[in-house]
Parts: sequence; structure tokens; C-alpha cells
Amino acid sequence: MTTNDTNTRKSIRQKHILDLDALDQSDIELIFENTDSMMEVLNRGIRKVPALRGKTIITLFYESSTRTRVSFEQAGKILSADVINVSSDGSSTKKGESLYNTALTLQAMKADAIVIRHQHSGAAYFLAQQMESTSIINAGDGMHAHPTQSLLDLYTIKKHLGTISSKKVVIIGDLLYSRVARSNLWGLTTMGANIVLCGPNTLLPQDFQDNRLLETNHPFRNIQIEENIGTALEDADVVMALRLQSERQKAGHLPSLREYSRRFGITSERLKVAKPDAIIMHPGPMNEGVEIESDVAHGPQSVIESQVTTGVAIRMAILYDLITGNHSEKEL
Amino acid sequence: MSVYLLVSGRIRSLHPLSQSRESAKGANASSYQVGVARLRNASCRPGRRFFFGKSNFIYNPSATSTNMSVKKIQTDVQMKRALTRISHEILERNSGAKDLILVGMHSRGVPLAFRIRNLISSYEGQTVDVGSLDIGLYRDDISEKPQATMKPTDISVDINGRIVVLVDDVLYTGRSIRAAMDAINDLGRPSQIQLAVLIDRGHRELPIRADFIGKNVPTSQEEDVAVKLAEIDGLDEVIISSPIT
Repeated sequence: MTTNDTNTRKSIRQKHILDLDALDQSDIELIFENTDSMMEVLNRGIRKVPALRGKTIITLFYESSTRTRVSFEQAGKILSADVINVSSDGSSTKKGESLYNTALTLQAMKADAIVIRHQHSGAAYFLAQQMESTSIINAGDGMHAHPTQSLLDLYTIKKHLGTISSKKVVIIGDLLYSRVARSNLWGLTTMGANIVLCGPNTLLPQDFQDNRLLETNHPFRNIQIEENIGTALEDADVVMALRLQSERQKAGHLPSLREYSRRFGITSERLKVAKPDAIIMHPGPMNEGVEIESDVAHGPQSVIESQVTTGVAIRMAILYDLITGNHSEKEL
Repeated sequence: MSVYLLVSGRIRSLHPLSQSRESAKGANASSYQVGVARLRNASCRPGRRFFFGKSNFIYNPSATSTNMSVKKIQTDVQMKRALTRISHEILERNSGAKDLILVGMHSRGVPLAFRIRNLISSYEGQTVDVGSLDIGLYRDDISEKPQATMKPTDISVDINGRIVVLVDDVLYTGRSIRAAMDAINDLGRPSQIQLAVLIDRGHRELPIRADFIGKNVPTSQEEDVAVKLAEIDGLDEVIISSPIT
């Protein structure tokens, strides 16, 4: 019964993708399996399959984005869905329409899925509560979550290292403002990785600074904090750089970019203590010369460009699953 | 009135039952009975639907007793002979193995394609390309039924101008084959597409026929045909399960 046992789980249990804390290991592996098929479609000469013909996907971006919006659009179009892009600039938001009313309007237009990026944490959750039939995909809400980026990071690790379980993953940089890192903490924890966080004290979430998770049952209690990048990188399997979000640095968390770069920048010199086949990841867009040196970003260990391609396949798998799946437990 | 209960991989009940269990006790002595576990082996692609229509037959997956009578319609030896004949027929029709590419449809078409490849190369002394195809993205009932987990399509050679022989285990409604032909067309323009199936059970819903058939099996739509292969199920056989009325 080997084959059909895996077939009994046909889609993830969620109707929406809001953050990775809602997905368990089998959900994530299911998405990975479908991503394998989507990668094959991406590598074809004619990249078009009819799976989502007649379905409508709306991308609703209140924050600027190139790769996420384009890769969702690309993913939808390869699956033959109609993709409509709405950005806050050209929409009724400029006339003062609330997110709530915009969402109801889009649902009334029979969208099958709405991809939303918003500057406020929780915007996607709010939207999901209002929806009856439309699936919501969170493409980044404030500093809270960015689940599709995290899924593609996990998939990239799995493809390069074979497994995620018990690999040492070092996440370096601006952990306070990074929604990518937050989602990755959930995803990596679910998949059993050993996580080490490294960054300036001022850019670590409060919970990690005073070790208050240690005493609890919180899934993050085993995450290590390391202030010295040299120690953090020792024997690392995966080095994940985060973008220093200069637009969010006005609060004065850092003395200067140069000091940050000198203490936490990823250089080829520092990488010598990591495993020789360690992979270097970055969610993009990169500040080369700040959080990561150019020769590392484009060096042989870097998988940053393949992350972008993988991003399209992951989003195809998610759109396919949400729109065609039979979600028995339609919970938030 | 006929009630169609579509089942994918797993059998669900329409109503709680009592009556059919009674009838199961008086089942035909020549047929043996199976539990739910064996039925889960049945493939869940479209065209392999279980139809439990029209009858009083009601299935309760939690019941330990069974409501299906099961008959073996092809043994391992018979399957081998059928595949041998199909291999020869493919060679005969195409005057050899030149330009052939065998494309197995997931799941059970794939090992069948490899077996036919091995038989052909033992007769002709030349290897034939084999690919595998998943039709998940091409189904016509995508939004009506939960999808099955996809397996990657793997056709690494250029199919333009080649003769593609699709290989599947059971030909039923023809909808899988329609989807497979669409999938093939997206990969290139073969000079011909031919179809080889181990079992043709009838009940076509589309104008599709097979070029090479292992065995024609007249069935009713209430019955289920399950092909088991050593590569996947540990043994070679074809069984037909009928609801006991």
C-alpha cells in the first residue's frame, strides 16, 4: 500500500497560507512533493499547464515588491490562472477605501485566491477572517510573517542537503524586523533543524534576549543565540543572511552600517569555519557589502539565485493546492 | 435513481448500514472476501473511480466484515504473457523499435512501461527510451475532486517526431488518456501517439480506444478493477471487486 497511503493526504489542511505555524511536517512535505512536479514544468520549453484554467488570482500589494509579486504572477500564469495585480497606488486605497472593503469587493468579483502584502502585521489574518470562499496567501505582513519565502528556503535546503532535520542553520542579521526569519523559525523548527540566531542585541526580539523561552514549552526554546559570528558559523550547514532593512533603521538600533558590516557581515574569511559544503542563502534584495560580501553572494556556495527559481515553483504548488484542494477543515 | 459515490483512494459510506452485511454472509462461495485495507490499493486517478450506483450496496469503512466479492482475473503468468504479446504487437505495428518512446502513466503505468521496454530490448537488442507522466495538472475534474499528490513527469528526451506509446494499467472512462495526450502535446509534437493498456474495462466517456490491450474485461460500473504490480504492491495480479447485492 506504499503509494496510496501517501495519496490519502491530498492537500494541506489549511484554506489559507498565513504563516508556517499552521502547517505541520506532512503539510510541508506535501507542498514539497508538488513543488517537484512544478519544477519539472518550469524546466520545459513551453511553460504552461491548464491546471487552474478559469481561476482568478488577485495580488494585492500595499508594499513594494519585485520578486514576490512577479513570482506569484508567473506561478499563476504558468498554471493558466488569470492573475490581476492591484497595487495600493493605483487602487481605491488612494481614495481612502479600507482594507476590509477592498477585500469584500475583490471577493465579490469571484477571486479564488488573494495574495496580499501589507505593511501591518496581521493584515492577512484580518482578511482571511472576512473571506468565505477565497483563499488568502500572506506575501508578507509587516514584521510578522512571510510563509512562501520560508517554504522556498526550506525547499532549497532540502534539495541541496537532502534533509533539513538536525542541520545547523545559522540566521544572521536583523532578526527584529525580519518576517522572513520569523516564518523560517517556525518552518525550520517543524522540520527539525538546529537553529542558531546571530545578530546585534538591539536587533534580537525581546523574547530571545532575556532567555524567557528557555523555561517554557515554547517550540522555540531550543533555539540558540550567539552574539559572536565566528562561533555561530562553526560547522554550519546553512548560512542564512537577512537584509538589513535600512528603511526600518530610523529607530537607531545600530551605531552605523559600517560597524554592523564589520561585526556581522558574511565574508569568505568568516565562512572558513562553516562546513565546506555549507550553502549561503539570502531572501533578497541584498545589500551587498553590508550583510553579505559580494564574492560570497555570487560565490560557489551561494544558492541565492536558485532560490528565486524555486520561489516560482513553490508558489505554483501553493496556489494549486489552495485552489484545487479539498480542505476538509476550513479553519482560519 | 442512481447515486454515484466518487471515491479517491478510500471508500466512504453514504449511509450507515445493516442490510448489506447480512447479504455478505451469504456471499458466493467461489469468491473470497477482502477487508477495507486491500481496497485502498485501488488507484485514485480519474477513470479509476469507484461507482457504487444503483444498488442497495452501502459501504461502511469502519465495518470489519466486507461487502465486496473479489475475483482474480489475471495471474502473474497471464500478465507476463499479455505484456509479451503487447511488446510484440508494438514492434509489429511500428516495424521495429526505431523512434519509439514508452511513456508510463503514474503510478502503475510506469513499471509496466519499464517491463515492456525490457521485453522489447530482449527481442530487438536495442534500448528504447522510457518516460513517466503525471496528469495531475491536466485533469478535467480538478476543482471537483481533491487532487492526488503529484509525481514529477520525467521525459528527458525530445519527443518531437517520435512515436509515443502511452502505457497505463486500466483503460476505463478515457479521461486520463485525454489528459495524458494534452500533457504530451505540451512537451512536443510526436509523429504518433499510441496507447497500450493492460486491462480495458469499457465504459468510455470519450472517443478513445487502445492500440494494444492485454485483456478485455467486461465490467459493470459498480465493479472496481485493481491492477497490482510487484514493483508497487509486491505481487502481480489483477482483481475485480463487485458489490454483493
